[in-house]
Amino acid sequence: MASKAEVLAQAERLHAFFRDAGAAPVQTAILQPAGTLLDLYGEDIRARAYVTSDALRGEQMLRPDFTVPVVQMHMEAGGDPARYTYCGEVFRRQERDPSRPNEYIQVGYELFGSENPAEADAEVFALFSEVLSPLGLRAATGDIGLLLAAVGGLSMTPRRKAALRRHVWRPRRFRALLDRFGGRAPVPEPRRRLLAEMEAKGAEAILDAAGPEIGLRSRADVAARLDALAQDAAEPPISPAEVELLDDMLSIRETCPNALAHMRDIAVDLPAIAPALDLMEARLDALAALGIDVDLLEFEASYGRTTMEYYDGFVFGFFAETRPDLPPVASGGRYDALTRILGQGRAVPAVGGVIRPELVLALTREGGQ
Amino acid sequence: MTLKLGVPSKGRLMEKTFDWFAGHGVNIRRTGSEREYSGAVEGVEGMELVLLSAGEIPRELAAGRIHLGVTGSDLVQERIADWESRVVALEPMGFGFADLVIAVPRCWADVDTLDDLDAAAAAFRAAHGHRLRVATKYHRLVRDFLREAGVADYQLVDSQGATEGTVKNLTAEAIADITSTGETLRANHLKILSDGLIHRSQATLFKSREAMWDDAARDSFRALAARLGLDA
Repeated sequence: MASKAEVLAQAERLHAFFRDAGAAPVQTAILQPAGTLLDLYGEDIRARAYVTSDALRGEQMLRPDFTVPVVQMHMEAGGDPARYTYCGEVFRRQERDPSRPNEYIQVGYELFGSENPAEADAEVFALFSEVLSPLGLRAATGDIGLLLAAVGGLSMTPRRKAALRRHVWRPRRFRALLDRFGGRAPVPEPRRRLLAEMEAKGAEAILDAAGPEIGLRSRADVAARLDALAQDAAEPPISPAEVELLDDMLSIRETCPNALAHMRDIAVDLPAIAPALDLMEARLDALAALGIDVDLLEFEASYGRTTMEYYDGFVFGFFAETRPDLPPVASGGRYDALTRILGQGRAVPAVGGVIRPELVLALTREGGQ
Repeated sequence: MTLKLGVPSKGRLMEKTFDWFAGHGVNIRRTGSEREYSGAVEGVEGMELVLLSAGEIPRELAAGRIHLGVTGSDLVQERIADWESRVVALEPMGFGFADLVIAVPRCWADVDTLDDLDAAAAAFRAAHGHRLRVATKYHRLVRDFLREAGVADYQLVDSQGATEGTVKNLTAEAIADITSTGETLRANHLKILSDGLIHRSQATLFKSREAMWDDAARDSFRALAARLGLDA
């Protein structure tokens, strides 16, 4: 087990590597306002982050990651493009596995406002690949943007697309919705009864009979969803062929060039993904230009779907194949949408990633033995 | 060392616990004055009674300060992280039944399932600018349940009592609370989601995996287990 001083020395080496690559070093506060993080990540973050409070500022969280405060900093003051690197502790509550650390160092690199997303993605990935190259890690890549584009291209109502997009990061719920929209799952009995009753008596009568209006969710809110349910019930199911296309795409796991070729075939029937595929192709060219052997690079279409939901484009991770028990040594991706949420009207393209130096150190030592 | 059994120190839960053990030929009772928290066990050698608030029994089991304890399964699952690795549920005792459920206003004619709750939460957040609030004191159980169900756009707000009133008071849009008959929910114009049962709780005899088990404690436990008809 490495001492904290050794981990910090390793972290400093990685931090210096990113500074040499042109990133400005930045710091953020350890205590972050809980409201922003909760609003972004939802209740899940409360289970993973340490929450504390004081009488003046209310709930605070011990920094669970750097991304949010760095994005906020850039959106307030930074000019585009900008490259940042940081190094410091993050804190994660562990409830299941006591062997996982609840405090560890992250070293990160973030690139904001680059006009060429393919080149920006490639730059970040290539830097991580270079600094981690002595460890012989397996790299995994994916692209959430492709999945979002595929959903956008299905023949269904905007409301159904929005429901699917919202659950791209919750695969089981996504599957349940897809089954319903595809007519593969039957309409639940209570829903069937409700729809029949609406048909017979009208929504107003149902609302009148439902009981006194209490709470912030108003009668108008309920009426709006009843209306949405009635409209949705009138929609035809999407074709089995389309569901198959999406299933085919979600199961892709092969080298990048093969995955690209496979998805070009899918795009014949699902042309909405063509722009995202062009971006992927441009990214692969940019990666190759930076010396990455893309012919060997893995692409997994569902990669990144179970991690925190701010990634909405290219995603990557680096894993030690000899140590499946370890979390990824490094991970990252594109999070354009997050900058829009935190930017109060302004949005900039953003891509970045983090490394865990204590894992780099552990694997370096293992390799040396 | 003596085998320490933690039991609720007052009320119906205490009486029913005493009755349950008596029904198995183990007499436990309080000793001393009515206000003194001490007790005795008859029928098993080397056992010591520890009278505790039912809410503290999970903590004492997890810390290994008692070998055995009687408390609601809801409290154990809520208060002990990774509870199965730290305590063993030996025997459900057949009383203290209560269901932890998700309930929403009855006027939500469009909401019957978790699926509906999720969709309603998305629309609510878009319309009102904040997540749909669920009032509860069972944070861990409710969060795990809703995560498993893939419900998003909600947040939990803490409510330690009178949770059924939070919707009317505009501090929450929905609740997750314990109910036995559902009467308080109905009186407060709430309805239970058809798939909203999170946990069916009852008083349960738990064994700590964290406590020190020497030969004496093990012998006492074997004797007790034989009386109770448990596989020791």
